[in-house]
Amino acid sequence: MADTHKPASPPNPEAPNPDIDAYAHEAELEAHLQTKRMYVNMGPSHPAMHGTVRMKVELEGENIASSDCEIGFLHRGFQKSCENVTWTQCLPYTDRLNYVSAMMNNFGFLNAVEKLIGLEIPERAQYIRVIGSELHRIHDHLTCVGATGMELGGFAPFLFAVEARELVMDRVAELTGARLTTNFGRIGGMNRDLPEGWIEKVHKSLDKVMELVTEIDGLLTRNRIFVDRTKDTGVISAEDAIDYGWTGPCLRACGVNYDVRKAKPYWVYDRFDFDVPVGEKGDNYDRYLMRIEELKQSERILRQALKQIPAGPIILDDWRIALPPKPEVYGTIEGVISHFKLVMEGIQVPAGEVYDCTEAANGELGWYMVSDGSGRPYKVHVRAPGYPILSAVPSIIKGKMLADLIPTFDTINMIGGEVEQ
Amino acid sequence: MSTFALDRVTAQFPEAVAERYLDRTGGSWAVIHAEHLPKVAAFLKNELDFKLFTSIDAVDRLHLAENDPRFEVVYFIYSLSRHEHVRLKVRVSEAHPEVPTLVPVFKGADWWERFVWDFYGIRFTGHPDLRRVLLYEEFQGHPLRKDYALRDRQPLIPERPIKDIFRGPGTSGVS
Repeated sequence: MADTHKPASPPNPEAPNPDIDAYAHEAELEAHLQTKRMYVNMGPSHPAMHGTVRMKVELEGENIASSDCEIGFLHRGFQKSCENVTWTQCLPYTDRLNYVSAMMNNFGFLNAVEKLIGLEIPERAQYIRVIGSELHRIHDHLTCVGATGMELGGFAPFLFAVEARELVMDRVAELTGARLTTNFGRIGGMNRDLPEGWIEKVHKSLDKVMELVTEIDGLLTRNRIFVDRTKDTGVISAEDAIDYGWTGPCLRACGVNYDVRKAKPYWVYDRFDFDVPVGEKGDNYDRYLMRIEELKQSERILRQALKQIPAGPIILDDWRIALPPKPEVYGTIEGVISHFKLVMEGIQVPAGEVYDCTEAANGELGWYMVSDGSGRPYKVHVRAPGYPILSAVPSIIKGKMLADLIPTFDTINMIGGEVEQ
Repeated sequence: MSTFALDRVTAQFPEAVAERYLDRTGGSWAVIHAEHLPKVAAFLKNELDFKLFTSIDAVDRLHLAENDPRFEVVYFIYSLSRHEHVRLKVRVSEAHPEVPTLVPVFKGADWWERFVWDFYGIRFTGHPDLRRVLLYEEFQGHPLRKDYALRDRQPLIPERPIKDIFRGPGTSGVS
């Protein structure tokens, strides 16, 4: 046997040793790793998915290759229910649309019905509606900001937000009698007036709420972890946002100045001095900043409204629209008949159709209503602001990291109740 | 309320507009023939600056005095520069409930069209992904049609088969 062996050359200390040196096969390190695509179900019950949304996420490594958003787990047949009850009985259903700011839905619905009938509600009622709306706007934004902070790892801001929310909720409970599902207001005005001494209480609560907002602001806005997670993530361009039909703080974060309160002032919004914050980049950080700033603007509106609110009636004196006062119901035949007809047959809304919108916490809350002249709505379409916003999420997170989905989902503030009707 | 946009649409595409009217609150409406809808929408978006896509819904006119054709699909588009909505309507019959899709013009039309398909059974031809959006695929019928009874019940559906579950290393809970 020929000796084909060559004597082993002595080890060269300069040559890379693959056993101990990771860079010995540098080309292999750079080689593309063939990974299997993984499908992850986020939701419908997941701590980071508000409400009951299921995101089917297709992952390539840690990047989202594609995603599909499945909604409808909270569908309650809002429209069908409304078509089968009287106009007034629709009101409790509207509470459950955006259950974080129920009063805005109540008032938005009432405003559209009043427009369809052609009613001008008393000035004091308009002020009460502004006050209720702005209280609940604070409530809604606090929930969103607090939850965002919590899901990005900061529990303290959430607790501060909950404490501030609790103060707002107490005032709301004194005003409406309910903490969450307010069912406040009636067609033609309000069902009850501000409680005695309530205005001073709101002023005091607002002081405390704004103190807590400053606290949250200080904990989050310049927090390194928070900024890293939110800045330049979930970016959407202004053109795309408009194309998808975004409204509210999410659209304004893209630099588009559209607020229904300024564009088409309703109630008494044109009497208040307030600013509409507008962002630049349309990322999660800007959407967060919009909400922090709107909290401060809502406080400004509230304080002006509480100062300006005039005395006067809170509901129209028309027994075809509003229930007669109780002494009239028990004492006069006209009162009994009006009461009976309103309760049994409902308010006779003349046949016709209307599209009307108000600015809810997440954007334009639109109503398209058709009446056939009976006491019940023929059609109630609600344009929930969260619906078009959620529809854009699969496209804005495509190709991004899975971790970016969490802040994106937080800052768009999707509310299951209104999106899934 | 201004009728600017619909005046321009009528001048540009007289063949597309079937009817114009004002509703009780002064809102200006135009009824568009279904086949002309995409070009009217593109004209509104590109020439007249109606860019913010607000919403789509439908009305089942079964119990109304005027109910032929049966369905009305309503469109709302907003102009950020003029601060007004434009209101469009397309009427489709029960026999051929089909409207051309607006998804190529407005991305926001996607989910709204799925909503209308889900609840009224109106097909949007050319829609890239016309599935039900709020209800489940096995749902029978379209619940916002007026002939769908309020207390109608759906049959129980068999559990969907789970396919292609990839379990990673480990026992996956199986001992």
